[in-house]
Amino acid sequence: MIYFNNVTKKYSEGNTSLEEVSLSIVQGEFVAIVGHSGAGKTTLTKLILAEEKPSIGTVFFESTDIHKLSGKNLMKLRRKIGIVFQDFRLLSNKTVYENIAFAMEAIEKDEKEIKKDVPRVLELVDLTAKANLFPHQLSGGEKQRLAIARAIITQPDLIIADEPTGNLDPINTSEVVNLLKKINDLGTTVILTTHNRSVVEQVKKRVITLENGRVVRDDKEGKYML
Amino acid sequence: MFLTKLKRIIISGSHNFSRSGFTSVASIVIMTITLFVITSLIFIQAGLNQSLNDIKEKVDVTVYFVSGADESSILDLEDSLKNLPEIKDITYTSAEQALNDFREKHSSDYLTLQALDELDDNPLGASLNIRAQDPSQYESISKYFESDSFITQGDLTIIDKIDYHQNKVIIDRLTSIINGAKKLGFALSFILVLISLIITYSTIRLIIYMSKDEINVMKLVGAGSDYIRGPFIVSGVIVGVVASIITILIFIPVSIWLGNQMTDFIGINLYTYYKSNFFQLFIIMIGSGITIGVISSYFAIHRYLRK
Repeated sequence: MIYFNNVTKKYSEGNTSLEEVSLSIVQGEFVAIVGHSGAGKTTLTKLILAEEKPSIGTVFFESTDIHKLSGKNLMKLRRKIGIVFQDFRLLSNKTVYENIAFAMEAIEKDEKEIKKDVPRVLELVDLTAKANLFPHQLSGGEKQRLAIARAIITQPDLIIADEPTGNLDPINTSEVVNLLKKINDLGTTVILTTHNRSVVEQVKKRVITLENGRVVRDDKEGKYML
Repeated sequence: MFLTKLKRIIISGSHNFSRSGFTSVASIVIMTITLFVITSLIFIQAGLNQSLNDIKEKVDVTVYFVSGADESSILDLEDSLKNLPEIKDITYTSAEQALNDFREKHSSDYLTLQALDELDDNPLGASLNIRAQDPSQYESISKYFESDSFITQGDLTIIDKIDYHQNKVIIDRLTSIINGAKKLGFALSFILVLISLIITYSTIRLIIYMSKDEINVMKLVGAGSDYIRGPFIVSGVIVGVVASIITILIFIPVSIWLGNQMTDFIGINLYTYYKSNFFQLFIIMIGSGITIGVISSYFAIHRYLRK
């Protein structure tokens, strides 16, 4: 589903974030990408979202070269990907319900579908009671569950979760990881970046380890090996 | 789908506006100041025009004819002058009328009146009082008299004097003051409007800059440019409408006060002016408010959508 072909990303001369990375991710997989801060995890996700362009190499989403897309086609690609960030990035002027509904409105779903799907997802992430609150009224764990709800509402093929547990306590961390596993069980591909050992051990899925921008390990059912 | 999208954009824009608290208030304040400046300039222009017209009205030239000049030649001259496009208004005063006016003016001055009674003939001549469309035209009008053949009776000229020559310096100076004041007024208005537009644009740009992360999130969620831009433009429209209504309300007491205090000075009652032009001013304010809001939002958000 996702293919990195010998990808190098340099931000400036001497500041190389990724070096000669080649990997492929299959439909339905759950992949944890681990590494210290600055190992290149976030750059990798940004390349998939076409927020950054590779300096050398290509990144494919199915049969499309992501970095050759622009405008409408890029928008269409992004609609196939749900994203969860460490800092949540919720829309602060919108309520919990509206944050989720926005993602559906953005891809032009009709009102009926929105009214049907949003409550379901709210229930899945256990935020039904908080539907009318604003993001600043939620705890960290609730914000992240809301972010996940927004990411999955459009039924994307792929979920990218970039350090989703970075700002959470252990209990919330475990909840968020379980939620992502549940989503993966329903058939969605999940890419999770983290530097949290317990997260990797809880997931028990494929682990790709990055060090200084290079892939140093790729284990089928990996352990945190840093 | 278009209607649904429009509805969503409008709802989202109004939510943005009503939930942004301080930033909405800040943009309304700035926009109100801009509209206040624009409306004040309209008032100032109205006052200035009125004063300039008053001054213009006060300028005229009078052609005095020699006493005993043939009345029919003077009336012929008046007719031919009436056809000149430069002339706004012309009044003939006959010799008898001039004498009556003189007597009335000096009715308490017995010495003068007695002296007048001693004379057999009317010592005063007829006169034509001429008002031009524009003060700069007096020069050409006065030249006309020097060249025209009406003005001779036999070998003698029937014109005693034209007071343009006496007043020339004052008329010229007034003309240049009027023209200067108009140009200065226009330049000042232009600069002030430009400054307030730049301030409004910068404020709206700053507010949208604060939302740049959210704009990014919307893009990542897959929202199209119109769907991201739309709500910001709707907020801009709301800011424009609210600010123009505030400005309109502010100008009610302001114009009443100016009407009470400044009417003699400006030569026009600004409250009456405000009332009689209320509808036009209302359209100008709401129109400028919405236009400034929409254009500023459109351009301010443009740079974040391009990436």
